[in-house]
Amino acid sequence: MDEFSVLLVDDEKDFLETLLKRLLKRRIKATGADSGEEALKILKETPPDVVVLDVRMQGMGGIQTLKEIKKIRPLVEVIMLTGHANLEVAVEGMEAGAFDYLMKPTDVDELLYKLEDAFKRKKIQEQKIRRLEEDKQLEKG
Amino acid sequence: MKRQIYANLQRKITFITLLVSFIPLISLSVIIYYQFAQVFRNKIEEQIEYRARVQSNAIELFLKERTAILLAMADTYTFDYLAEKNNLERIFQIMNHRVGGFIDLGLIDSAGRQIAYVGPYNLVSLNYYSQPWFPEVESKGVYISDIFMGYRQIPHFIIALQRQENKKRWILRATIDSDVFESLVRAAQVGKSGDAFIINKESFYQTHLRFGGQILSRSHLDPTLFGVGTTVLEKEDKDGKKILYAGSWLKKNNWLLVISQDASEEMTKLFKTKKIEIVIVVFGCLMIILTTIFTTHLTIRRLETADRKMNELNAQLVHSDKLAALGKMAAGVAHEINNPLAVIAEKTGWMEDLLTEEDFQKSQHFAEYKKSLGKIEEHVERARKVIHGMLGFARRMEPHLEDVDINEVLDQTISFLESYARTNNIVIEKELETDLPIIASDRAQLQQVFLNLLTNAVDAIGKDGKIYLTSRRIDSEIAVSVRDNGPGIPKEYQPRVFEPFFTTKQSGKGTGLGLSVTYNIVSSMGGTITLDSEEGKGTAFTVRLPIVVPEKK
Repeated sequence: MDEFSVLLVDDEKDFLETLLKRLLKRRIKATGADSGEEALKILKETPPDVVVLDVRMQGMGGIQTLKEIKKIRPLVEVIMLTGHANLEVAVEGMEAGAFDYLMKPTDVDELLYKLEDAFKRKKIQEQKIRRLEEDKQLEKG
Repeated sequence: MKRQIYANLQRKITFITLLVSFIPLISLSVIIYYQFAQVFRNKIEEQIEYRARVQSNAIELFLKERTAILLAMADTYTFDYLAEKNNLERIFQIMNHRVGGFIDLGLIDSAGRQIAYVGPYNLVSLNYYSQPWFPEVESKGVYISDIFMGYRQIPHFIIALQRQENKKRWILRATIDSDVFESLVRAAQVGKSGDAFIINKESFYQTHLRFGGQILSRSHLDPTLFGVGTTVLEKEDKDGKKILYAGSWLKKNNWLLVISQDASEEMTKLFKTKKIEIVIVVFGCLMIILTTIFTTHLTIRRLETADRKMNELNAQLVHSDKLAALGKMAAGVAHEINNPLAVIAEKTGWMEDLLTEEDFQKSQHFAEYKKSLGKIEEHVERARKVIHGMLGFARRMEPHLEDVDINEVLDQTISFLESYARTNNIVIEKELETDLPIIASDRAQLQQVFLNLLTNAVDAIGKDGKIYLTSRRIDSEIAVSVRDNGPGIPKEYQPRVFEPFFTTKQSGKGTGLGLSVTYNIVSSMGGTITLDSEEGKGTAFTVRLPIVVPEKK
């Protein structure tokens, strides 16, 4: 599996730091952001492959952040983290273009699987785009 | 307290209703009675007055007729002619033949000597000069006497008239038949005790009384009480009986015809009417009382029921308000706890990650660390379940149709009570039919129903017991039964368990609302809830819900 980069967004710093450490230990290039605004900033500069986004945050909420991310970087996959037992927020997130959702507290292995799936999808998407562009080049050439 | 208010209200309504019905009824009947009595009395008086008048006219006519025929005879014949006994006898016969009622006829000269006489007594040659009537005839010409004894010593009265013939005066005198006259007077008698008689100005009887009262004896009636024409008055007799008298003057105000009547005798008819009226009024009053009491009772009961329903409704509202508030709080608490829990989980995970490094594996407490971290993770998972359960419970309080898997709801509901049941050594046994259809229903409300039933079962058992929870499909219904082996519900309480505020729990422990809310929820879903309980054996509540197939999406 290729290495891929992850951006973790959560306003609970203890949670953010710990999960970052755990992902780094699993050789995943993970960076953190403690708010939606910061996440968007990072996303503009160094876009990661996958974003893990808490839906319940102070300031800019999860769903809004998700919508912004999809505007700027449509190819970046987003996994929602939700504390709600009801799935309405999760459904809303999925409709807004999230790849999947996970319930807090999360099992790290489960998160890993989802991250890999998300990355795979991203790669497939990118390949498809590349192929389309190659076809276009050929047509031109 | 409440009872007291209703009782007071009932008393007030009854009292007012009775008052407004009784006052007009009684006053109306009293007024009508007195009016009627007055009319009746007037009628009686009119009647007696009329009789007196008519009868006095008849008597006047009787006397006039006899006077007239006597006058005719005196005008027709001469003294000499009449002095012949045969002639006088013939005339007497004619008179009796034409008008009747004469006893005898006599011719008297100016000296008072009776020249000729026809009649049953031997009165010829008697001199009447000193008789009281003699000067009266001489002065008035025509004279009808009062009753007197005369020579014959029998009460009688006479009609006498004087004629002038060639400076010679003579008198023709006839005696009226008392029997004929009295029968004429008596024709005015009525009823069992009514009487009719004549008294003269000095109140001496001129006719016999019906009961006692000799002719020519003095009457207790004072003739001056009777005015001109016909007068009616009421007097009490010796025995205190009220007697109605009608008096009519006749014979140029010399005689008074009196018709008497026992007032009470005539009034008996009125008393009968009075009795009937009293019976009707009393009966009417009784009916009014009964109807009033009955309708008031009915109204009050209705009011009470309406009031109670209102209270139930209020209680339900309060209850659902409470539940909604509780739900919000539960959701808030759950969210607040969830984040620290997530941090704990991550920290634990990180520590576990670190433990995999070689340095730590050499530590002599490595196994202990690993075990402890495992335990922490286990309990975080447990807390997570509780929180997710709370969120699920708190989710929605307003009725909302969604796809509901009854078994899932039951499982979730049990999870709330599991730990409590375990600490009290209560085993919850499930027997859920696996392929129950998904129905369209309100998940939160169903959860409340099952939670109420299960809580009741747990409370009923207290410690050490079993709860059997079953779900089955029966035709077009899903039946969920919660059976416990607690003490059961006494027979006398069974019909009341669904009433609001009915509780057998200690005061403060139960609101008495659980089952009534349950009942209302189940009813509103179109389902039924039944109770089967036996003292000493346990209780089973069975909820039957109609299978409502969710709309295809």
